Parts: sequence; structure tokens; C-alpha cells
Amino acid sequence: MSLLRVRDLTATFGAGASRLTAVNRVSFDVAQGEVLGLVGESGSGKSVTLRALLRLLPVGGAVSGRVEWEGRDLVTAGDRELRAVRGRQISMIFQEPMTSLNPVLPVRVQIEENLRAHTGLRGRARTARAKELLDLVGIPDAGRRLDEFPHQFSGGMRQRVMIAIALASEPRLLLADEPTTALDVTIQDQILKLILDLKDQLGMSVVLVTHDLGVVAETCDRMAVMYAGRIVETGSVTDVFARPAHAYTAGLMASVPRASAARSVLHSIEGTPPQLDRVPPGCAFHPRCRFATDICRRDVPALEPRVGERLSACHHADAVAAEGSPV
Amino acid sequence: MSETVLSVEDVRKDFPITRGVLERLRGRPQRAVHALNGVSLEVKRGETLGIVGESGCGKSTLARCLVRLLDLDGGRIVHEGTDVSGLTGPDRRAFNRRVQMIFQDPYSSLNPRMSVRQILTEAMRVHDMRPAAEIPARIEELLDLVRLPAGSADKRPHEFSGGQRQRIGIARALCVEPEVLVADELVSALDVSVQAQVVNLLLELQERLHLTVVFVAHDLRLVRHISHRVAVMYLGKVVEVAEAEELFERPRHPYTQALLHAAPSLDPAQRTRAVAARGELPSPIDLPSGCLFRTRCPHAFDRCVVEEPALTPRGTGHVAACHIDAPVFEAS
Repeated sequence: MSLLRVRDLTATFGAGASRLTAVNRVSFDVAQGEVLGLVGESGSGKSVTLRALLRLLPVGGAVSGRVEWEGRDLVTAGDRELRAVRGRQISMIFQEPMTSLNPVLPVRVQIEENLRAHTGLRGRARTARAKELLDLVGIPDAGRRLDEFPHQFSGGMRQRVMIAIALASEPRLLLADEPTTALDVTIQDQILKLILDLKDQLGMSVVLVTHDLGVVAETCDRMAVMYAGRIVETGSVTDVFARPAHAYTAGLMASVPRASAARSVLHSIEGTPPQLDRVPPGCAFHPRCRFATDICRRDVPALEPRVGERLSACHHADAVAAEGSPV
Repeated sequence: MSETVLSVEDVRKDFPITRGVLERLRGRPQRAVHALNGVSLEVKRGETLGIVGESGCGKSTLARCLVRLLDLDGGRIVHEGTDVSGLTGPDRRAFNRRVQMIFQDPYSSLNPRMSVRQILTEAMRVHDMRPAAEIPARIEELLDLVRLPAGSADKRPHEFSGGQRQRIGIARALCVEPEVLVADELVSALDVSVQAQVVNLLLELQERLHLTVVFVAHDLRLVRHISHRVAVMYLGKVVEVAEAEELFERPRHPYTQALLHAAPSLDPAQRTRAVAARGELPSPIDLPSGCLFRTRCPHAFDRCVVEEPALTPRGTGHVAACHIDAPVFEAS
């Protein structure tokens, strides 16, 4: 049973001839208790997709399509209706906690602000809950640290504070936008495992945006790979890693250095991801793809079951899958 | 292995913290960030030495000390038998011609107002590499070497993608025909598919030009891929050095072990919920006594508090700084 159903989500910026499509008819589901990874390189549209779910686009951005949440469509919902969901049932955490926390307020105020907005807790009960939340996210000496300011926390601790704020409303879905990209690997490891533990404890679902295939392999149940604003492949993490069915997924996996082939030539994908105003016709990946044929230059491949149940948007999914896993 | 090109001997570097007027009047002692706390390393001719560690471990400071962008506060750096720690003027320039650095951020390390031609010409002029008449031909040669399209010379940095900009940075370092390249996080700002292109280029250039490379990075997979030997740093010290395979297969320092376990594996089957290392990096202003890693180490015991472990041999070319000979990794 899907908690969230996204259909043909499209996000555009600007108008007229200069209109850019950052997210192009993206569809996916998130099941109860599941961790979905949205993975892609810079400019692939993964972060915009996440923000578009809650209509959090900057000025000039427009969202269309459907985002079905508890019988409502968040794309057409009124502001009031959306506010009841945003930050309450669906919370979000960002990459750089220093810019999303208010530097001039102690963290107590920032956590309690969310508790005031989304719960009925008052006075002492509210403060007690704020302390409980800091404990929950593993901040030592929570009682004292409540009165400290964001700059007094390390990067990892700030991300924990962000998570505490996001959890204040007991959300059912957590949207995490590159939550560990700015962190060191031992701290990243702590934060990812914290998110997984909290997901189990609180029965949440998580959508995790990342550029790191390792993070996906380590934390997600299912994954969706994005390229030039579209989902090009989606399936269970185990399946996709075992046998990618899109040339881009396979290329991405092969670009990651492997233990077995030290100092050999790394597989690289020639060229660079396209800019949004110059997305190639047909399959956007075709200029960089070694499987490309005429059909790829002409027809946009649909995301449909191509190898077993796996959804892939590659005209040559069978040929790609036949090569097996590059990792 | 072959001869030592650069040798780093007990190098120290502090960055003093500015005191306010009040603090000075009250006589508060001058405090400092201890970035390098006695680093010793050798770089051998023709090898790639990987230097890994997390932010604040001092790896970038070490890279900057190696090319003498920073003055040392202790210890020395010896280049082919000559102490280069105190070089100034023409001597230092001569040293820098042979030991060049490539920076992490191709956006801020290239002057946006200069064309590629001007950037490369300037570097060659400073080091008197070529008579003016030969420079244009040399520029074409260099651009070809780093695989930039012909006609790139008259463009400015902003007209290039991140990967191409990093190639310009490499061309600038190579135009003085150095023997040693110090690459600080060469590809960390790039997308993974583009990273691979730049890494391949570096490997190829190293073969063709017989370069020695010091590759500073936080990406363990990448370092394993390109390095012959790897040094692991923590809080301004080298805690373990070994040949790449040996280090990754048989890490002997608890920090190295934690680092390797924390790096996400590409195999979903190897998932674990256990955390590789508890806690966070202690303040580099007030360093822990004894072993610097003891505050996070699952094996720490009394001796670690009072005595700092020295780098001791653990097999051929393998050294580690731990009081325990062969600690077994424990997830927390």
C-alpha cells in the first residue's frame, strides 16, 4: 500500500521561450516504512523533485502533475491544506544544516517553534519534549545543549538538531536532501544509521536524495536513478545493483573505483550531463551512451517494465542488463 | 622501492587564534589550532602516495606545506637531499618549478579574467620556461596533453565545465615540467562520471611524464584505486602508512579500520546497522593527551591516555601508531 503516489510530476522555471524543465513527468510511489533513494548527478533534478513534492520551489518555479497523499493532491491543494501536511505529516531535512538553522536563536527555540506549530504541547511539557527529541537523535547532554546556538555545534551535531526539528511533528514521511554530503565519512555513517533507526522506531518512510551510490546501497530499499530531469530506472536496490537495466545506471556504477582493479583505467562516461536548456532530443543520455542507436536519437524511451518487473527508460535495456553488474 | 624524493620530518604547523583586546589585556595565553602535530612521511620517486583522512586531519595543510605555500612551525621538508623548509626567493622558485600543486576548486584557483592562454603563459614566464616565441606552440601541446579541445586557449575559465577546468589546472601545473605533483582533492568537486575522466587522465600523464604524485583526498575508494602507498591522517598526525592493498586489506590502526568500515559499500548485501566509530573529532585546539584517537577508540586503555604511540613496523613497509599490535575491528 503506497503512502505517497507521485504521477507525472513536472517542475518548470521561467516562462515562454526561456522556460526550463527541471523535472520532467516523474512518477514513483513510496510505501509505508520504506526508504526510497533518488540518485543522480548535479542537475539531474533530484533535489527539485523533492522540493516540488511540497511545492517548495523558488519564485518562478511551477509544479504540475499529481502528488497523492492521504487522498489529497498536494499539487492542487489550497495553501491552508498544504500547510497542514508540510512540516507536519511530511518533514524535510537539508544538506547544509548551518544555512537551514537560524544562527541567532538557541536550538531550544527552533525545536519548540515546530512543537508549537504542530503539537498541542505547552510550557514545561513542550520543553521536556524538546529535550527528549535531542536525546532521541543522540545529542549528549541534551538538557544543557538546548540553550546553545547552532554555531556551537559541530556539523554532525547540527544535522542531528535538524533531524530533531523535523521529527518534532512526528511525521509519517521524511524527505532528506543530501543529508550527509557535507559530512565526513564516519559522521555520515552515524547520521545515516540514526535516520534508519528513527525510521524503524517511529514507523516513518524516507525519501533520500543523494549523488552517492554507496549511500544508496547502504541505506535504501528501492532506488530511482535520475538523469536530465527524468527517472531513467527504478527498482529494488538489490536488483538494480545486481543487474542495472539502463546504460546510465550501469555507467554510473562502473565509474566508481573498485577494489579489484587498482590503477587501471576507470570506466568513464564521456562528456558531461546536459544543461537544462540543451537537453538532447530522444533519450537525453544518447550522446554519452555506447549503446545508442537511431531510435535513441529520435524517441524518448518510456519508463516501463523492460527487464522482468524492473522499470527502465532505455531502448536497449536488455542489452545493458545482459552485461550484468559492473560492480 | 626507489629513492626518496621528498621527505617530511616531524613537521608541525599551528594556526594562532586571534585574541580580542580584552583577552590580551587580561593576559589570556595565545591559543592555536594544532593542524600538524609532528608528521613524518616519505615520498618515493614515481609513486602515487595517497593521503587520506577526514576534515580537520591536516591533509590539506600538509599539502600546502609540501609546496611551501605555508611556512613550517617545526620539523623540516627535504627535497633530494636539500632542506627546503627555509628556502626563499629564486631558490624557492626553483623548488616550486619541480614540485607543483593542483588545487581542489577549479572555480577559485583560476583567475576568471584571464584566458587559458594568459594563465599558462604567466606560469611559464614566472619560471622562464620558454622563449616567448615558443610559448604558443607549447600551449597547444599542453592543451592536447590534457585533452582540451583545440581552440580552448582563448576562452576564459567560466566557459568550461568543472571537469575541463580541472584539466586547465593540471595543464598549468604541467607547463613548468615538474617532477612532483601535489593534488589536493583533485576531483572531489566533480560528478562521479566526470571524476573518472580526470582520474584516468592523471594516471596516463603520470606514466607518460614519469611524475611523482601526492594525492590528497577523502574518498577512500578513489585513493585505493590510484595510490601505490597510502598514509592515513588523524588530528594532524600520520597514524598508518602501508602499500594500498595491504592497508585496505589489513588495516592495523583502529582509526583506519573505522574509516574503512564507515565508507558505504557498493554491495547492498554487506549492509550493517552498527556504527563504525562513535563520537566526533576532538578540538584541534585542546588536543587529547596520549593517543589522539583514544577518545573514540573502542580499544583504548590506560596506557593510551598517558603515552602517545609511535609509528612502529607491522610488516613490510607497513607502519601504524597504536599500542595494540593487531587490533580487531569492533563496531559500536
